[in-house]
Amino acid sequence: MNIWVFAEISGGKLDRTALELVTKARALGEVTAIVLGSSAEAQAGLLGEYGVKKILAQSDKVFEEYLAEPAAEVLGTLVEQHKPDLLLIAATYDGRDVAARLNVRLNSGIITDAAEIQFEGGKLKAVVPAFGATILVDVTLETNTTKLVLVRPKAFAAEKVAGGTPAQVEKISVAIPERAKRARIVENVVQASDGPSLEEASIVVSGGRGLKEAANFELLKQLATQLNAAAGATRAVVDAGWVPYSFQVGQTGKTVKPNVYFAFGISGAIQHTVGMKGAKYIIAINKDADAPIFKFADLGIVGDALKIIPALTEELKKRKH
Amino acid sequence: MNIVVCVKQVPEPTGTNQINPESLRIQRDGIDAVLDPADEFGVEAALQLAEAHPGSTVTVVSMGPANAIEALRRGALARGADVGILITDDALAGSDTLATAKVLAAAIKTVQPDLILCATESTDAYTGMVPGGIAQILNMPLLSFAKKLTVSNGKAIIQRQTAGGYQTVEAVLPVVVTVTGSINTPRYPALKGIMQAKKKPVAQFTASKLGLSADQVGEKGAKEKVVSWTPAETRQAGTIIKDDGTAVEQIVTYLASIKVI
Ligand SMILES: Cc1cc2nc3c(=O)[nH]c(=O)nc-3n(C[C@H](O)[C@H](O)[C@H](O)COP(=O)(O)OP(=O)(O)OC[C@H]3O[C@@H](n4cnc5c(N)ncnc54)[C@H](O)[C@@H]3O)c2cc1C
Ligand SMILES: Nc1ncnc2c1ncn2[C@@H]1O[C@H](COP(=O)(O)O)[C@@H](O)[C@H]1O
Repeated sequence: MNIWVFAEISGGKLDRTALELVTKARALGEVTAIVLGSSAEAQAGLLGEYGVKKILAQSDKVFEEYLAEPAAEVLGTLVEQHKPDLLLIAATYDGRDVAARLNVRLNSGIITDAAEIQFEGGKLKAVVPAFGATILVDVTLETNTTKLVLVRPKAFAAEKVAGGTPAQVEKISVAIPERAKRARIVENVVQASDGPSLEEASIVVSGGRGLKEAANFELLKQLATQLNAAAGATRAVVDAGWVPYSFQVGQTGKTVKPNVYFAFGISGAIQHTVGMKGAKYIIAINKDADAPIFKFADLGIVGDALKIIPALTEELKKRKH
Repeated sequence: MNIVVCVKQVPEPTGTNQINPESLRIQRDGIDAVLDPADEFGVEAALQLAEAHPGSTVTVVSMGPANAIEALRRGALARGADVGILITDDALAGSDTLATAKVLAAAIKTVQPDLILCATESTDAYTGMVPGGIAQILNMPLLSFAKKLTVSNGKAIIQRQTAGGYQTVEAVLPVVVTVTGSINTPRYPALKGIMQAKKKPVAQFTASKLGLSADQVGEKGAKEKVVSWTPAETRQAGTIIKDDGTAVEQIVTYLASIKVI
């Protein structure tokens, strides 16, 4: 099988999802990564460590200047020319925009949100968690063209290969028509947060509407600092404007898979839990003994988060000294 | 300005979605249906833009079963949208994202819009593939994940959510914009609006009337097929204790037991 991966660059660096996807792709067949962006060729080393033998690289800043269309243009043209068996794209913000255009351009259909992918007797089978991951649906694409699959971030763990060497770089320069340069990125604002990122932290400390007001979220951040954790939030909190969207965990936010996930004042709506159920240990603190989050928390405490958070921070501080 | 909002009728989101064992599709029969709460933001954004640009028309477009006209009237026309378009047809049942984008694009084309608004993803299917598909078919730019939207001098400008912050992105009209839940606070329909909605025009189309053949849409045209499904493994509840003043101690002991501290 000829497996292609759209290895996305974000902020000049290879997105972590690219390494997750190539790791999975390795198990399915021969991997080619498509890398688009000013630093495209420079990614050969890192991709090589993850077992990629060959990359198609187009070094052009046009991919950083406009949304989706230039990348969709290049991928569409390449797929039409080379007809790989499968193209994997990560369900990131940009990945989704690119995939939606390819679905139409290639008239191929698409599987979205795949958490597992396999070929059975030459037939593609993907597993898609549906309805807040309460059921797992097996889906396929009944086509004989390149199969398009949008993969859920964190579905696969990135793993290096032993003795990986830099991938061979094939430079490409697919023409990008003026028409594809319409959605222009005028400004890129990074809302820096201290400590580890939500996706990478081994402890996530999340807060919900139960924290009552924006100021109380600061208490949560102090606890996060003590634990060297990342702070997360529910959509209710993000919509209320207490913290930026980059904190949101869940269906329309980030998927996290930390070792420990703390849920303070979070009810446990499925749109939230779908983003954190993969945590190894879940500790929930909620005033309401009937809150749905207690149905699957490993340690549940029926109590007041606003009292417990500062007290826990103090206790952890004491223990350090 | 000619503004179109794509809205979808979905099963009541607080209920538990189910799969019909025969059709392997989302169970819709006998389940309360509402306008997708995610689409209320698009409707609100359209109404605010129409208020800021007098002379605008807001058209709401939906593909769905015949009773989706109720969601159109109650959820969108009652809030102040001017006209509705409903594409409904037995042949459309089971459409995948590709077919849905084709159908909606064909219907939207009849309106010659300056701006098409969608939610970033629907509450029941959450593929997020339809808006970008519409943009591709109608050859328009897509401004996605907007948490802020303004239109001036023939240009749409958004603040687009990103994993680490936001981007400011602009494009000349016509454009497709997807909006997130943080873009506005949707208004409630007023009694007067609910009364007026009953009389507002809703044009109805079938797939063939839009020039789409039966093998392009619905179950027959769908390339993505559901093979089977199984319930997901559920996590078991662990220890639940009531805080009797020892909560911190309990948490610390637990963290130590799993070797975190
Ligand atoms: C299409 C769609 C997508 C969505 N995507 C997401 C998503 O990505 N992420 C997400 O999080 N949500 C998402 N939601 C929203 C989701 O359905 C819930 O509304 C949301 O997660 C609820 O947030 P919450 O738990 O903070 O608030 P609530 O549900 O209001 O819960 C607050 C909890 O705090 C408890 N509490 C109150 N006071 C205290 C106290 N002093 N101490 C301890 N506990 C207290 C209460 O008992 C309650 O259980 C989505 C919804 C839709 C329709
Ligand atoms: N059947 C439909 N009718 C009208 N709009 C739709 C339909 N399906 C999807 N959309 C629009 O596309 C958005 C994203 O849906 P989806 O791609 O299904 O996640 C929705 O919020 C709607 O704005």
